Amino acid sequence: MDGLQYLLDCTGILPILILFATGILILLLDAFAPRGRKGRLAALALAGVLLAMIGWWRPLPVERELFGGMLFADSFGFFFDGLFLATAALIILFSAGTLDRDRIDLGEYYALLLFSVTGMMLMARAANLIMLFLGLEVLSIAIYILVGMPRHERKANEACLKYFLLGAFSSGFFLYGMTFIYGASGSLSLAAMAAAFGQGDLPHNPYLLLGTALLLVGFSFKIALVPFHMWTPDVYEGAPTPITAYMAVAVKAAVFAALARVFWMALPSLQPQWTNLFWVLAVLTMTVGNVAALVQTNIKRMLAYSSIAHAGYILVAVVAGSAQGLTGMLVYLAAYTFMNVGAFGVVILVQERLGIGEDVDDFRGLGFASPALGAAMAVFLFSLAGIPPTAGFVAKFFVFLAAIEASFTWLVILAVVNSAVAVYYYLRVVIVMYSRAESPTSLADRFGLGRIPSAALGALIVALWATLQIGILPQSLWELARHSVTALL
Amino acid sequence: MNIQFPLLSEIIFAPLLGVLLLVLVDRDNRPLQRWIALITTSVTLILALFMYAGFQGDSAAMQFVERHVWHAGVGIEYLLGVDGISLLLVVLTALLGPICVLACWTDIEQHLKEFLICLLLLETAMLGVFCALDLFLFYVFWEVMLIPMALLILVWGNPRRRVYAAVKFFIYTMAGSVFMLVGILVLYFHQVEATGVYSFSLLQMQQLALPGRLQIWLFLAFALAFAIKVPMFPFHTWLPDAHTEAPTVGSVILAGVLLKMGTYGFLRFNLPLFPEASATFTPLMVTLALIGIIYGAFMCLVQTDLKRLIAFSSVSHLGFVMLGIFAMNRQGLQGSVLQMVNHGLSTGALFLLVGMLYERRHTRMIADFGGLSKPLPVFATCFMIATLASIGLPGLNGFVGEFLILLGAFKARPLWAVLGASGVILAAWYMLWMFQRVMFGPVTRSENAGLRDLNRRELGLLVPVLALIVWIGVYPTPLLHKMEASVAALVTRIEAGGAVVGREPSGSRLADNHWTSTTKETRFH
Repeated sequence: MDGLQYLLDCTGILPILILFATGILILLLDAFAPRGRKGRLAALALAGVLLAMIGWWRPLPVERELFGGMLFADSFGFFFDGLFLATAALIILFSAGTLDRDRIDLGEYYALLLFSVTGMMLMARAANLIMLFLGLEVLSIAIYILVGMPRHERKANEACLKYFLLGAFSSGFFLYGMTFIYGASGSLSLAAMAAAFGQGDLPHNPYLLLGTALLLVGFSFKIALVPFHMWTPDVYEGAPTPITAYMAVAVKAAVFAALARVFWMALPSLQPQWTNLFWVLAVLTMTVGNVAALVQTNIKRMLAYSSIAHAGYILVAVVAGSAQGLTGMLVYLAAYTFMNVGAFGVVILVQERLGIGEDVDDFRGLGFASPALGAAMAVFLFSLAGIPPTAGFVAKFFVFLAAIEASFTWLVILAVVNSAVAVYYYLRVVIVMYSRAESPTSLADRFGLGRIPSAALGALIVALWATLQIGILPQSLWELARHSVTALL
Repeated sequence: MNIQFPLLSEIIFAPLLGVLLLVLVDRDNRPLQRWIALITTSVTLILALFMYAGFQGDSAAMQFVERHVWHAGVGIEYLLGVDGISLLLVVLTALLGPICVLACWTDIEQHLKEFLICLLLLETAMLGVFCALDLFLFYVFWEVMLIPMALLILVWGNPRRRVYAAVKFFIYTMAGSVFMLVGILVLYFHQVEATGVYSFSLLQMQQLALPGRLQIWLFLAFALAFAIKVPMFPFHTWLPDAHTEAPTVGSVILAGVLLKMGTYGFLRFNLPLFPEASATFTPLMVTLALIGIIYGAFMCLVQTDLKRLIAFSSVSHLGFVMLGIFAMNRQGLQGSVLQMVNHGLSTGALFLLVGMLYERRHTRMIADFGGLSKPLPVFATCFMIATLASIGLPGLNGFVGEFLILLGAFKARPLWAVLGASGVILAAWYMLWMFQRVMFGPVTRSENAGLRDLNRRELGLLVPVLALIVWIGVYPTPLLHKMEASVAALVTRIEAGGAVVGREPSGSRLADNHWTSTTKETRFH
């Protein structure tokens, strides 16, 4: 590969390079910055993300492969790059000024956050299973550390260890699956695999089936699909709340992107087989997630189970398997990102203000103490419940539309029953928020809008705006998603 | 397409403008908040009256149609329009707006601003439901409506059981409507396959001839959502709870408008879209309607709480509406549409009156009252008119609707009318007995003796409702004329699409033409 080509390819991964460089810079500066003034590092991280957004923003890319077929620079990757950058920006804004409570106002925090974003981008653009695995590991290792950052918290220690051990296992499964697939196809490139699997008696090739199943286990673990979800509530509960939010949206989105790439680009000829696997997973994930969420009293655990259930709805789109289904999946991931980050954002703010907010009951009277915060939370929760005119409804609508088009009406009926069940636990939080507080503490003083950190307020406004924008005028997002999925089909 | 004055959009979104204004008002400036709400709802009413005046009753077509592409990819449109069936409901909704604002003028002590915001949001959503002709848009309004209503019960309801009532209301309605969503999507794809046009437009879907089996399933999916809302017999248990725990205004809106969304849904979607299935399910629906009529009436007899009594009377009255709808002939349908309005007025008035009583005495137990007509003569008179309208006394609006419904039912199956008519008798029993216990006899409690009668605001908000009750009772022809063509078109569609139920007498137009004379006769009785 000549130097010029190499440089050209580098422009294709400009956002990744910018984020990586910013991350390194933060690590360097962190060594010299005095304690207590690390807030500037957050600003630097945000600047890095914004710069990466500028690098990202260009006319929709033509489809091409970079670095000798290792990475794609296509519209699908473009969509996810944008989603990851937006999520990272929101998480940084919510983290800035709210991390003191956990005593993790450290430079590494932001550096690791940026590294994990690069990992996600590599995953969503991977054209080769090795690249995908690299991305997965960059992402995972950064997250393992982020989860365990509140070193003095026993819950965080537990979460970190649990996530690390199980995560390491799942990486093992993933690698094992890769080797079997390599054995079956002779290549790790997605395109070469698709070509190799284009002919022959596939459903009876044991290496291929075993490899696919093992890969799916690896993916399922990271997305927290039932029955690979056991770690989720504990880890989500123990991790710092901004990281919980980050894991619930961005990590899932990245793995879904990779999953779509592998199954659509490398294994399309096995679609009848994997569709069957996916609907089983979808049914289990939706149902277990929702039923378990019903009985949670801790809000982070409740949102953890809710995020499991949402992964189930997204799987319905995967089951549909069509262009419409993939579009629905992308719209869902985008909508889910904004509404879930928003909901977690309110939790973060309450925790930061009150020092409590683990329990659903801690939100009692919030709707009156801070009408704006309460209304925002209500919008996010109703959106998660899938009630119009919010993003959550539009997303579900497109997913169900695709599934019914693909004649999975029974699955949609199951999904809507599930979302009716889910209304109960979201509604419960709204009810608590709009119940009058029994103790006459002056919540209002602590919750005046002026007292919300301006960074977090900005993030909240962006999340709220996006939730309503997607809910009321979904056209542009839908078109972008529709265009993005052409890269896969 | 020439640009028109978007009257329907203005009607729907005028209350939303009020919401935006309210958000900006300081939370302690209560008078300004009230006036903003009153003015925006009044403007909505005036616009609705303009629409009523401009509506051509002799056309069955949708009028004031607005059409804009909303989502081109899958064919969602912002499509609004009214016909003779929705016209009166839109006007009724708009009418109850200012009345509700006036009714809560002094009632709501805490969080008035939030209360009014909920109220106005609710009005926008309800108006949207009645005007939407795109199934997606309809579903959006349908679901949006849930949130402010649930909040009204939850925050301002009766402290004891409001959470239970609000959750029950929300979950019940939600559970029904998600199946409707599946139904809408299935219908949409059938539509796409049949015509190749990507559209959620109701007008488009009405062109379809759906296969019988599909009709059955779709009918059930839609009917579940609507039956819960009506509420029909086995799905009614949320209603007494929601009514009893809701604040006065919440009850008025629930009874006045929300329940009609169910019956409206049957008229707008189930009958025209699935005529064959409607015919198939007629025995079931009518049986449930009759059970509702009689069961609701018997439940009224054992209630000790005034609000709960009126709530169960709604179950009975809405049973009449369902009976009229599934009689599937002109008289039945006209009666049903009219009875929806009537029930909104008379039951709305009853809830307003009970609310006024509650504001004075902070109890709604029948046993706590007695002999109220002595300290409260004006109140008792208003209550009497609303009670009699609810019973269906000739000369008041309830009679017109019930008479037409029973006429339609008789034409379809005489037995239906016989059983239905027993509901009228029972209504006289439970309503008059209630009235007697509350109003007549000696003043049993000393607290009741010193109650002050209605003030000017309260009288002012009751008078328009009572005037309409009398006016519709005496001269319903203009209202019937507005809906005539639409109802006739619906009947034609049902008859073309499905089997006609019961025998078809030769003079099917007889009752319409003789209606005015019937009314006149009754006045001399």
